[in-house]
Amino acid sequence: MTAVRREPAFLGMPPFPEAAHHALADRRLRAELRDTSRTSRSRRAEAVDELPPFVWEKLRRAGAVIKDDVIARLPDHLEELEGSVVAAGGTVHWARDADEANALVIRIAREHAAAEVVGVPAATTRETGLDDALADAGIRVRATAAANAGLTVRGADFAIAETGTVCAVDADENGLRSVTLPDVLVTVLGLEQVLPAWRDLEVFLHLLPRASTGERMSPYVSLWTGVTDDDGPRGFHLILLDNGRSDVLADRMGRQALRCIRCSACLDVCPVYTRVGGQAYGSVPPGPIGAILAPQLRGVNRHDVDAQTASLPYASTLCGACFEACPVRIDIPAVLAHQRAQLTDLGRGPARHREKAAMSAARWGLAEPWRLGLAQHAAALGRHVIARMPHVLAGPLARWTDGRDAPAPPPESFRTWFKRTNGGLDEGGSRDEVPGDTDDETAEGPSATPREEP
Amino acid sequence: MRIALFLTCFNDTLFPETGKSVVRLLRRLGHDVAFPYEQTCCGRMHFDSGYRRDAAPLARAFATAFAPYDAVVTPSASCAAMVRGRHPLLARDARDKRADAFRERVDAVAPRVFELSEFLVDVLGVEDVGAFFPHTVTYHPTCHSARVLGVGDRPLRLLRKVRGLRLAELPDASECCGFGGAFALKNAETSTAIGADKAAAVMRTGAQVLCADDNSCLAHIGGLLSRRHGGVRVLHLADILAATAPHPELAAYPPGDPAHASLDPVHPAPDRPREGVPR
Repeated sequence: MTAVRREPAFLGMPPFPEAAHHALADRRLRAELRDTSRTSRSRRAEAVDELPPFVWEKLRRAGAVIKDDVIARLPDHLEELEGSVVAAGGTVHWARDADEANALVIRIAREHAAAEVVGVPAATTRETGLDDALADAGIRVRATAAANAGLTVRGADFAIAETGTVCAVDADENGLRSVTLPDVLVTVLGLEQVLPAWRDLEVFLHLLPRASTGERMSPYVSLWTGVTDDDGPRGFHLILLDNGRSDVLADRMGRQALRCIRCSACLDVCPVYTRVGGQAYGSVPPGPIGAILAPQLRGVNRHDVDAQTASLPYASTLCGACFEACPVRIDIPAVLAHQRAQLTDLGRGPARHREKAAMSAARWGLAEPWRLGLAQHAAALGRHVIARMPHVLAGPLARWTDGRDAPAPPPESFRTWFKRTNGGLDEGGSRDEVPGDTDDETAEGPSATPREEP
Repeated sequence: MRIALFLTCFNDTLFPETGKSVVRLLRRLGHDVAFPYEQTCCGRMHFDSGYRRDAAPLARAFATAFAPYDAVVTPSASCAAMVRGRHPLLARDARDKRADAFRERVDAVAPRVFELSEFLVDVLGVEDVGAFFPHTVTYHPTCHSARVLGVGDRPLRLLRKVRGLRLAELPDASECCGFGGAFALKNAETSTAIGADKAAAVMRTGAQVLCADDNSCLAHIGGLLSRRHGGVRVLHLADILAATAPHPELAAYPPGDPAHASLDPVHPAPDRPREGVPR
């Protein structure tokens, strides 16, 4: 057994907070992100809103159910796909990791004596770092298929087990050319991209363009099945890429990430992604889906991971906008919280002793009401300091005041007040001043005349 | 109906006025409210940070503290979402010999926990709570209220019935403020960058007061507004709904001028106005 190598291109990336620091400094990047995400969000909202009521939600649920079936019975679907592709005159290859996938492409290129290949940019070939591997092997890569192109390598969006058909939804006609012009067509597909039956495609051809670009349908949908005499490529190779995906399957909560159809809707609605951009994540794909997929592909549910990987599940405010936008209902916030538990409770991330100690202390302080009371008295003692210097906090809270003022703790906690005044009943009359501004002790109680309750 | 107030550890410690507001408000509506002293924390911070083993005992204690009540009201959408959505998960994962009792208790208590606007509109059936607040207010729907609990326009319906109150629409209201609990510390720079946009939107409304139903998000946005001398104060929904008597006008500040106060936490504005910055 050789060691499995994953995402080699991103080794050495700094953890998210550090990468985000550099991204935030790039004003032009931030302006561009703001504009493009705003445009995408409104286009997508229009495309979804024009559907009759509940249709989008029904489509989302259908998409999630079909994908969950794929994930639950992946080996069966893949075997069926292999059989169908072979029956149609194609060849299926299995790649455990990025190296194996790249080696397969190189071998196929050499078998066809191709000194140059046309590479249509795709998520899977970016994931394996194919372009660099081809360059290392002395094979030139061109990005367009303007003429009869010899050998083309591309990704796809779906493969249908029932028929052996591969389906690609492209952004332009270049993708369409790449299917019809070459002699040999090599498709690199993630294992999870298989769909059981031809009819399932309908759901995803509704979901993907609307979620991706806000279009009702894509004008560039290509479907190709094996080889046909006197039409299309002479060679049809399908490389099925694992690269950590079968590890993801083992995690009951996390494996819903494999539903992803790479529409990028979660990126455009994410408050974090739209401020720092894709580079900061150091993952393919970036953004919220990358933050749950990359740690799983790198094995967080099986073993320790590096600091960069461990920083990804924390690169989210858990605001839930990604879940709301996801066309296959991946509950990204729930998976992020699950991964954080794997990193801390199961100790699979780099040890954070100070944080762990702080959490244990907080847990101790919250375990009994009297302990919380004690902490509240301690906080009240510090109120004069914070009231005078709301921009300076010490210890782990110092990062709060790097950019924000801190609220001063009140002189008395609620529970102390409630006990002292019997829930306000013994306070005499009612106080109807605007609350929240009782910090200044020189203020003489209610400024308005006490009124009786109506 | 025996009503209990779940104030949350955060409000209890830092924002007791919000708790007093809830008590005053419910009394005015003819209901008494108990404050079970055994309550401490729902465990959201521990759960969201990945310390589930620490969150589980807090969830147990919560279910025990609130078991005797018919309804639990809380001025925190985020903590209500934790109890309703995550306590059942923690109970399901419990493996010790008291696990069955834990599950039963959570199943009984969690559905009876309501965020304040839900409680007023759905349980008590009121929208006009008899409040008077003669100021311009803008409302930020926090992520946990809008997306997780789905409180919809309930807070706005309550605010629209407040006498004297003028509601100013918040641009991009549904966008997260960037607080995110531990995110505010772990990714402080990104958190403040997101919050800066929210603070700018708040200042553009010209409102005197920013209102929300979670003091944690308000502490974040309020801290950014305060650092920028934004002139907008933050108040919890409960604080506004509890206000009745006319009182002196709040100091009115003009909304911030981007030429004077940079909203970028990482890179303060240069002394002279930048080119191409819309005024």
